[in-house]
Amino acid sequence: MKYFDHAATTLPYEDVTTTVAEIMARHYGNPSSLHKLGEASSKLLSKSREVCAKALDVNPGEIIFTSGATESNNFAIKGSAFQYRSRGQHIITTETEHPSVYECCKQLEQLGWQVTYLPVNTDGLVSVEEVLAAVRRDTFLVSIMHVNNETGSIQPVERIGKMLKEHDPRIIFHVDGVQGFTTLPLSLKESGIDLYSLSAHKLRGPKGIGLLFVREGITLFPLLAGGGQEGGRRSGTENIPLIVGMSKAVRMTSEGRRERETKLSTLKTKLMDGIRAIPELELNSTETGASHIVNFSFPGMKAEAMLHMIEEAGYIVSTKSACSSKHSEPSRILLAMGKGQEVALSGIRISLGEDHTEKDVEELLAVLDLTVRKLRNLKGREN
Amino acid sequence: MLQYDMLLLRFGEIAIKGKNRPRFEKAALSHVKSLLRSFPNVQVVKDFGRIYVVLNGEPSSQVIDRLKNVFGITSISPVKMVDTNLESILSAATTFIQSLALEKETTFKVSARRVWKLFPYSSHEMNRLVSGPILNTCQHLKVDVHNPDVDLRVEIREKATYLYCEVIPAAGGFPLGTNGKAMLLLSGGIDSPVAGWSAMRRGLEIECIHFHSYPFTSKKAEEKVIELAKILSRYGGQIKLHLVPFTDIQTALAGTGQESLIITLMRRAMLRIATILADHNEALALVTGDSLGQVASQTLSSMNVIGRATDIPLLRPLVMSDKNEIIQLAQTIGTYDLSILPYEDCCTLFVPKSPSTNPNLGIVEKIEAGVPGLEDMIEKAVTGTETLVIKPDDEVRRKQDEDMIQDKWF
Repeated sequence: MKYFDHAATTLPYEDVTTTVAEIMARHYGNPSSLHKLGEASSKLLSKSREVCAKALDVNPGEIIFTSGATESNNFAIKGSAFQYRSRGQHIITTETEHPSVYECCKQLEQLGWQVTYLPVNTDGLVSVEEVLAAVRRDTFLVSIMHVNNETGSIQPVERIGKMLKEHDPRIIFHVDGVQGFTTLPLSLKESGIDLYSLSAHKLRGPKGIGLLFVREGITLFPLLAGGGQEGGRRSGTENIPLIVGMSKAVRMTSEGRRERETKLSTLKTKLMDGIRAIPELELNSTETGASHIVNFSFPGMKAEAMLHMIEEAGYIVSTKSACSSKHSEPSRILLAMGKGQEVALSGIRISLGEDHTEKDVEELLAVLDLTVRKLRNLKGREN
Repeated sequence: MLQYDMLLLRFGEIAIKGKNRPRFEKAALSHVKSLLRSFPNVQVVKDFGRIYVVLNGEPSSQVIDRLKNVFGITSISPVKMVDTNLESILSAATTFIQSLALEKETTFKVSARRVWKLFPYSSHEMNRLVSGPILNTCQHLKVDVHNPDVDLRVEIREKATYLYCEVIPAAGGFPLGTNGKAMLLLSGGIDSPVAGWSAMRRGLEIECIHFHSYPFTSKKAEEKVIELAKILSRYGGQIKLHLVPFTDIQTALAGTGQESLIITLMRRAMLRIATILADHNEALALVTGDSLGQVASQTLSSMNVIGRATDIPLLRPLVMSDKNEIIQLAQTIGTYDLSILPYEDCCTLFVPKSPSTNPNLGIVEKIEAGVPGLEDMIEKAVTGTETLVIKPDDEVRRKQDEDMIQDKWF
C-alpha cells in the first residue's frame, strides 16, 4: 500500500518513535516536581524548547507547547481576542482557512466579535492590497495560513506581514504554518509574524503535540487555567516524551527542508503533467503552490467513490481535508476559489512525502488513468 | 537594505595608555575573536587604533550585537567597501545614501579622508566631488557642513575605500583581563551580576563564586546562577563558576542562636572562603554587589564588620548606585529577567525578622570563636567546591546531567 496522504498526517521518523518510547519509560517525572526525576524532565523540557526555537530562529521563551495546531490556532485567535478586546473586536482572515481557524472565528462571531473573511482568486490566493484595505480602526488580529491544506496554495504571508506592520505595528499577525513548514523557509522575525502555529504529526513527529510561537511582547489570555505551566500561558502537566519527540522531528524537518523541496518539486511536476494528460481530470492546484500537494477534480464524479477505487488498487489519497472529509459536502476551499459545485464536490488531494520516488508517482498515475477509464462510463448515472 | 562588507571597531581609553597599548589591543583582539567563533567566515584584522572585522557574508547586525559586548571598544561602524577609483567611489556613495531612505530635508555632509596620498584628488576636493552626484540623485537632501544629520565618511586607502556613516556605541572600558583578575560573589540577585559586568568592563577577568545550601536551597536556584554566569560569559568569552557547599556552615551559624547577627556571620564566612579561592586562582580582589544602605548587611557599619573578614581588596562597583540605576543596567546586560526568578538562595534563607544594621566587631568575633570547627568547615567548603567552565554558546553539562539528557534524543 502506498501512502499519498501526507497532508493529513505522516509516519513518524523511526528515531522519533524510539525517542518517545525511551523517554516515556525513563522520564516519567513531572517537570514541576523538585526532586531529581522532576528536574530531569524539566531539563528535557527546556532543551526541547531550545531545539524548537533554534529551528524557528526565535527565542526559547517565545515557544509555547500545545496539544497540536488546533489548540495553537484556537489559542492564538481566542487568546488575543480576549486579551486585546479593548483594542478592538475586528478580525481579518480568509475564506480558505483550516477549520481550526475558520470555526474559531465563527465562534467569536457568535460572541460579538466581527470577522472579515477575505475572498481568494482562482489560484486560491488573497491579495495583499485587499488585506490592507480590510483593516479597520478596531482590527486587532489578522490570521492567514501559510499553505492551504487542500490545494497547497501559498499565501504571500511575508509581504502581508511586512505591509501590515508598516500600516499599523499594533495589529497582531497570526500564521498557521502547519502545511508550510516541511518545504518552505519562512523568517518569522522578518515577516512581521507575531503568532505561528505548528503541529508535530504533519512533520513526521508524534500526534497530540504542537507549538505556538508567541512573539515577545504579546500577551495571550490563557485558555487553559491551572498550575501555571508554560510560564502561566498554558496550564497542564507537560507531555515530555511527545515534546522531545516533536523537537527532534522539527529539527530534522527544518534541516532537510531544501533537499525535500527540490525532490518534491520534481515529483509534483511529474504528477501534474500526468493528471493534465487525463482529459476528464481538472487540476485545482497550481505550479506555484506548495510542492507536496496536488488537488484535482473529476467533475460530476463522487470523490468518495474515486478515493475508494484508488484505494483498492493500493494507493491512499484523500478527499478535502481529513478533518472535514467525512461530510459529503462541497469543498469550502474550492468553492471560494470560484470552482463550480461539480468540481467542489469531486476534489481529490494527493499529498507527497519525502520518501516517495518517481516510480511511485508513475504507478499512481497509471492507477488514476485506469480508475478514470472505469468510472467514465458510470458518470452521471449516480446523480 | 545595504549589505555591509566590514565593521570598523574603535579603541577608547586604551589609546592613551602609552607602552601598555600593544598589550591592551591584543587583549581586545583576542576577545573579539573569541566572541565571533560562531561566525566562521569573518576575518579579524588589527590596524593602528582600530580593529577591522571583514564580514565575508556573515550578517552584520548579529555580528554587531556580539561585538557591542567587547570591552575597550568604544564604537562600531558598519562599512561598505569599494574600489579606490573616482567612478566607483561616486556611484557607491550615492547608492549608500539612497539605501538609508532618508526623509525629506535631511541634511548631510561628506567627510573624505585621503589616507593614500597618491590618490589624485585631495580630501577637500573629494568632499565636493562626492556630494555632487548625491545631491543630483537625492534632491530631497540638503548639505549642512556644520551640523549634519548624516556624516558620510569616505576613507580613501590604497587597497579599498571605506564608506560609512553610522557610529554605534559599544561597551567601552578596558579590554578584558588587562587589569588583572578578581573573584565575584554571585548570589542570584539583581546586583551581583551587574557588579560582575562593571568589573569586567573595567578590565578585570572575573571568576564567579556561588554559595549553595542544598537541600535548603533548590537545584533551580543553582541553575539560575549557572544561567546568570552564562550571560556574563557572553561578555567574557568564557567564565569560571565555583559552586561552594555552604550548608554545614550555615546550619552551624544558625545554631549559635544569634539571630540578628546571622547575616553578618554568614557574609564573613563567605568572604573567608572567597579569599581562599581567590588565592588558589591567583585573583587579587573580591567583587560584590553591595550598594550602600540597601539592606541591613550593606549599612556602613555592616560593611565595616563584614569587610574585615578579608585582607584582599574588596571592590564594590555599585556601592554608590541607586537601585533604579542598577535595575536599568541589569536589563541592558540581560540578567534582570533571570535575577527576579523567585528561587531562594542562601542569602535569603534563615533571614531574621530584624537583622542587625549596626553589628559590633568584638561581639561577632567572639561568637565566631565559639563555633566549634568553623575553620575546618571553611576548609571543607573550599575542597568541596565544584568548578564549572561556562561558555556562551555551549550547554553547561554537569556530571549528574550526563545520564539525564542524551544527545541522541534531540
